[in-house]
Amino acid sequence: MIWNETKECMSRDELAAMQGKRLQKQVERIYHNVEFYRKKMQQAGVEPADIETVEDIVKLPFTTYEDLRNNYPYGLLAVPRQEIVRVHASSGTTGKPKVLCYTRRDIDIWSECVARAMSMAGITRDDIIQVGYGYGLFTGGLGAHYGAENLGAMVIPMSTGNTKKLIDMMIDCEVTAIACTPSYLLHVAEALEEQELVDKVKLKCAVCGAEPWTDAMRDQIEKRLNIKAYDIYGLTEIMGPGVACDCGYHKGLHIFEDHFLPEIIDPDTLEEKAHGELGELCITTLTKEGMPLLRYRTRDLTSLEYGQCECGRTMARIQRFKGRSDDMLVIRGVNVFPSQVEHALLTVAGTTPNYFITVDRVNNNDTFDVAIEVEERFFSDEIRKLEKLRSDVEDAIHQTVGIKAKVKLVEPNALPHSEGKTKHVEDKRKLS
Amino acid sequence: MLVKQVSIFLENRPGTLDEALKILKDANINMEGLALADTSEFGVMRIIVDKPDEAKQAMKSAGYTSIVNEVIAVELQPEVGYLAGVVKKISSAGVNIEYMYAAPSKDSAAKMIIKTDDAEKAQEALK
Repeated sequence: MIWNETKECMSRDELAAMQGKRLQKQVERIYHNVEFYRKKMQQAGVEPADIETVEDIVKLPFTTYEDLRNNYPYGLLAVPRQEIVRVHASSGTTGKPKVLCYTRRDIDIWSECVARAMSMAGITRDDIIQVGYGYGLFTGGLGAHYGAENLGAMVIPMSTGNTKKLIDMMIDCEVTAIACTPSYLLHVAEALEEQELVDKVKLKCAVCGAEPWTDAMRDQIEKRLNIKAYDIYGLTEIMGPGVACDCGYHKGLHIFEDHFLPEIIDPDTLEEKAHGELGELCITTLTKEGMPLLRYRTRDLTSLEYGQCECGRTMARIQRFKGRSDDMLVIRGVNVFPSQVEHALLTVAGTTPNYFITVDRVNNNDTFDVAIEVEERFFSDEIRKLEKLRSDVEDAIHQTVGIKAKVKLVEPNALPHSEGKTKHVEDKRKLS
Repeated sequence: MLVKQVSIFLENRPGTLDEALKILKDANINMEGLALADTSEFGVMRIIVDKPDEAKQAMKSAGYTSIVNEVIAVELQPEVGYLAGVVKKISSAGVNIEYMYAAPSKDSAAKMIIKTDDAEKAQEALK
């Protein structure tokens, strides 16, 4: 089902004209309301009048997550603070989070986009959906919730952390759809299989996101639960889940281009890439009021497919993600930067010892191991003190990153010391 | 009496102890006492040696983390209940024993090596 056929299936020419108008209006507003962007545009020698069509996007400056951090928390607001009705946050590269502000209209557009995404998965007002994303600063829970309500479905706001209750309600309330991370859904599948409850479940489909996953994982989810699984994409900086979603043809994720203008750039030269080429995805928010972003560098590496999809939608499709142009990891759906681990070590040990992060997926759950070389200044002859050091580091990582790591103390030189920049991370999950 | 003890950080896997002992042997260090404390992932080897600072240096050059600190050494008399008396004196002074181990000796009486949370107070209690 197509939620908003007028928009999702509009001709590319009509779409480009609409994007051009929206971009023009957005740039005008941003220029006058956000000092940061005004200065950036002045430095680049661009004025709002220079933006006439959507192609003029290349004249505009980029935005990075450092810009969000440096303008924390309200520096990029394009409306008076009173217009903001909600904030969400995602973890930053160091202690400070990135805070994003939404007006009432921003929330409405978000709900519209999530409703479009859920419609791609075949969810309608007849469905009963469990939202198994965390509710709170993370956009997953509330984003999926508002979208599903907008669709008219019945929403069960499960949040995370209680698989038994989720399964009980899934069966008792005859749940037909679920929104959660793909690895968590596999965990649920395992629990259902163990208790021989798969047959009791009425689930038809799942909308999974917040972490990278593979076709193999989709196959597993679909076979083991006898459902259809769809990939939803989003990022807090732009909105949250619902920036793009894949339809039943699974030929890439349709990005809702009437609200989000995508570009693919070379992460080194920042030059625009030709259609279909691999590069970094940049997104300009065309309709966002609260904290609009120009050419936000997502750091996600992918390509865009512009041809019309068999489903009838004309919206460009984001192809399989090929990794990141920075060192961010997504572990259990949470963004983790190695620098956050460094920051945590610094708070406990006073300096940063050599460390190594290993991420793997064991039985469909992400493992997050941090090995630290024991140096003389925090070594003790007493086991109790070493155990305390270990648990203090675990607590500090949990506080900074938001998820738990397993910390291991190792001998000096046990970890790789490569020449020049030390290698600190190994991701064994092979997701791209 | 206070003596110097060398403590070495070791990972809990086959071969680590081998290697550590070989380094000490090659540095011509004679050991008088040894205790291993272990967890599932790492251990600490504590040793009483004839040349503690040289032992630490040898371990350091080989890339091991080690420290030298002072621990209490009590000569044990061959009497029933002697050790119990020593421990009683320490605990009565309100001092906590972190760990202890025996260091045998060929020529003289065996020693009990004791690490407490307050070495000064413990020594006072043992006088």
